[in-house]
Amino acid sequence: MPDQLIYAMEVSLNGLMAGVMYALVALGFVLIFKASGIFNYAQGVLALFAALTLVGLQNGQVPFAHVINAIFGTDLHHFGWQLPGLVAIALTALVMVGLAILIERLILKHLVNQEPIILFMATIGLAYFLEGLGDVMWGADIKTLDVGLPQGISETIDEVTFNLFGYGFFIDRLDIVATVVAALLVASLTAFSQYTKYGRALRAVADDHQAALSVGISLRFVWVLVWSIAGFVALVAGIMWGSKSGVQFSLSLIALKALPVLMLGGFTSIPGAIVGGLIIGMGEKLFEFFAGPLIGGATENWFAYVLALVFLVFRPQGLFGERIIERV
Amino acid sequence: MNLQDSQMNPEGYTTADGRRIGGALMEMKNITLRFGGVKAITDISFDIREGEIRAIIGPNGAGKSSMLNVISGFYVPQEGEVWFRGQRRAPMKPYEVAQQGIARTFQNIALFEGMSVLDNIMTGRLTQMKTGLLEQAIWWGRAQKEETAHREKVEKVIDFLEIQHIRKTPVGRLPYGLKKRVELARALAAEPKLLLLDEPMAGMNVEEKEDMCRFILDVNDEFGTTICLIEHDMGVVMDLSDRVVVMDYGKKIGDGPPDEVRNNQAVINAYLGVAHA
Repeated sequence: MPDQLIYAMEVSLNGLMAGVMYALVALGFVLIFKASGIFNYAQGVLALFAALTLVGLQNGQVPFAHVINAIFGTDLHHFGWQLPGLVAIALTALVMVGLAILIERLILKHLVNQEPIILFMATIGLAYFLEGLGDVMWGADIKTLDVGLPQGISETIDEVTFNLFGYGFFIDRLDIVATVVAALLVASLTAFSQYTKYGRALRAVADDHQAALSVGISLRFVWVLVWSIAGFVALVAGIMWGSKSGVQFSLSLIALKALPVLMLGGFTSIPGAIVGGLIIGMGEKLFEFFAGPLIGGATENWFAYVLALVFLVFRPQGLFGERIIERV
Repeated sequence: MNLQDSQMNPEGYTTADGRRIGGALMEMKNITLRFGGVKAITDISFDIREGEIRAIIGPNGAGKSSMLNVISGFYVPQEGEVWFRGQRRAPMKPYEVAQQGIARTFQNIALFEGMSVLDNIMTGRLTQMKTGLLEQAIWWGRAQKEETAHREKVEKVIDFLEIQHIRKTPVGRLPYGLKKRVELARALAAEPKLLLLDEPMAGMNVEEKEDMCRFILDVNDEFGTTICLIEHDMGVVMDLSDRVVVMDYGKKIGDGPPDEVRNNQAVINAYLGVAHA
């Protein structure tokens, strides 16, 4: 097999893995968009906030330490405990549920029946608020997140591919974990929404508010539920991205990469978010590999958006999105 | 005492065809509903008895749908009291009303278009399902048994309304008449104490109307469900209902058994118009 082809295979595999990461963020968007028609700009920041909280709780950081120290002249920084990864994750999940309740109480409740654009603006506000809150609570320094996920080159794949092609692929074990986790997440979310009564309530609200009310579904409860699930998905995304590249504020920008993913996959489809993520991830890596040297590189910055634009022209509802036909 | 007088007896009465009607299930007392400066309903009182088929009729814009929305909690009246099962009802959200055992259908059909017929009807069981979020999430033991039990009830409703052949079809693909029937099925699945039907026969052809009439009578007969319905078709109303409330311009202009209402001068005027000299 020619070397070029083998390299391309490695690149596309790595692209697929990166795509899983995009898909994880996109998944959070889809969940909220489906259930409430809100494009949640804050999804990326939600992931950042979750990762910050996770690191903070795990390392026993004192929240708001800067503020407390500045006011009382104390010198607090750590409680001095170190929590096991799973405990910290469970606690963070609880914090995300609390956050979902607060978001419903303080924002969504007051914006019922408003235009989608108003709700969108509200989520932009929420995004900046959460970013600031994360900063004040846990500090702005770059943190390392280690909940015990395996990292580094996967020797098995290296060996297997070396025996096959005479060239060992470099695949990060973290990426493999992320793929497995994403698959589990999607499977359980799908099962939850298809076969449980809350899933049915969720789909009902997404479909028709009035009808949902008439069968006894509380919209407010469903919103809290949806935002909790989105918070949980954000936590998973935060763990994966945080373990990969450290918890830093640029993490919130990955939300922007989820946009082309959604345009490709469709805003209303969970499988769409996954497939869209994979296509973007693999596409941008392959494009960089083949076309990058010809046009001077750095194509990863814009390739996803151009691909999304092309899709908008030919299939505006995305690969799996619902085609919206308004009857006249 | 003749039949018409006995129908005003608060203890209940027996219909001409021998059905026993009980005391008041729902009472509306001096209801007034305003939208801004416009009065949709002015000082209306009436009751719905246990086991009864009660109709609300009136010309377009009379406030019939508004009244149904007050009963189902979609509108909260500015004045008046709503009594349900002998208790005054505090202002509630529609979903709380549904949880109390009041199910409804809508004039222009509110189904979950993207879901299958079966799933739509299953949502009707939501108020009856008891397992919590955690049990549902792990989907084990009680939650699973519960689902099966509720599935059985839903299958009965499906058989009853003769829609077995479309169980798995997404609702969005169904013709109008069947959608109406699915909506009725969803309301029935809740095993409601009071069933509200907003123009159940609007836009149907004669055959579909006959089917729907039969279903409404069967529901009342077999499950003893109390029904309150709005309908335009006078013939249908007179055949179906035990007692009729007539509304015009937000006011009540008649209340009684169909025969009496039919001969009421105010009702005739409202429907046919009055000659102004």
